[in-house]
Amino acid sequence: MNDQTHAHPHGHGHGHHHGGHEASHGSMKTYMIGFILSVILTAIPFYLVMTGAIDNKALLAGIVMGLGGIQVVVHMIYFLHMNTKSEGGWNMMALIFTIIVVVIALSGSLWVMHHLNTNMMPMSPDMMRNVP
Amino acid sequence: MDPRTLKTAKPEFYLTEEHHPESSTNLGFWLYLMSDCLIFAMLFATYAVLGRNYAAGPAPADLFDLKLVAINTAMLLFSSITYGFAMLSMEKNNKTATLLWLAVTGLFGAVFITLELYEFIHLIHEGAGPQRSAFLSSFFTLVGTHGLHVTFGIVWLVTLMSQVAKHGLIEANRRRLMCLSMFWHFLDVIWIGVFSYVYLLGVIG
Repeated sequence: MNDQTHAHPHGHGHGHHHGGHEASHGSMKTYMIGFILSVILTAIPFYLVMTGAIDNKALLAGIVMGLGGIQVVVHMIYFLHMNTKSEGGWNMMALIFTIIVVVIALSGSLWVMHHLNTNMMPMSPDMMRNVP
Repeated sequence: MDPRTLKTAKPEFYLTEEHHPESSTNLGFWLYLMSDCLIFAMLFATYAVLGRNYAAGPAPADLFDLKLVAINTAMLLFSSITYGFAMLSMEKNNKTATLLWLAVTGLFGAVFITLELYEFIHLIHEGAGPQRSAFLSSFFTLVGTHGLHVTFGIVWLVTLMSQVAKHGLIEANRRRLMCLSMFWHFLDVIWIGVFSYVYLLGVIG
């Protein structure tokens, strides 16, 4: 222990840090991989929507959201340097907890509000036009 | 022999903590980002619920200019990679390059904000302001909150640039740059959700 406490303030030069810390900064290679993947994953949905290459709206929406989801993961890994080991796994724990809360809140709101909408009194187009 | 093994075993636990001197800041900042993520999740939920209530007003397909959004997305993506270059320059202890890349990042961020403000002003001018319909209220709240975050990110970035210029790449400034790096990349992640869900899905209809 004595060795380590002494070694630490001096061993501050980079590369002396142990693996976990060093890895959390990324390198030119990881940034470029992340950037190129992001460009591809951004260009495809914009291209598909702007040119109207796919007629099926549900399929197109699914592709856009799917690619968006993949890009979020790419950013998390290559730009935010997420992994299961950083901060002894606590980063990942916080992320998983947040995702669970977000999924519950999003799906819950949509589910409840959808039912609220479908159970509303039906409105005729004429009534709709005269909404205040 | 028994006390000895105990002695060697004990520091093991101690050292795993000692190895991460800045880790509490990183983890704490990560927790802040996660709570910020919840704010955006709620705004996304609001938009998802209200986004189709046009009140006989304009729909997303009538309003959104995807070319502008594509340029905006590119600006934010470029700023993300240039911030990455700034962090790599910081790793190499190159103060000038760090400042240069930070300036480029700030410039891309400023262009992003300018284009977004242009879009907002254009919408309000067309009579599609936040008070027009529930869709537009939730749209302005969600996208505006993101824009506000980017604005504060730029303020933070300029502050850090003057800090680095004055004090150099000291340990405290490295920690601050690391935090801003997480913040900046996080905002890009949120923007992925915005352009996918709000703009592209809005235009699909």
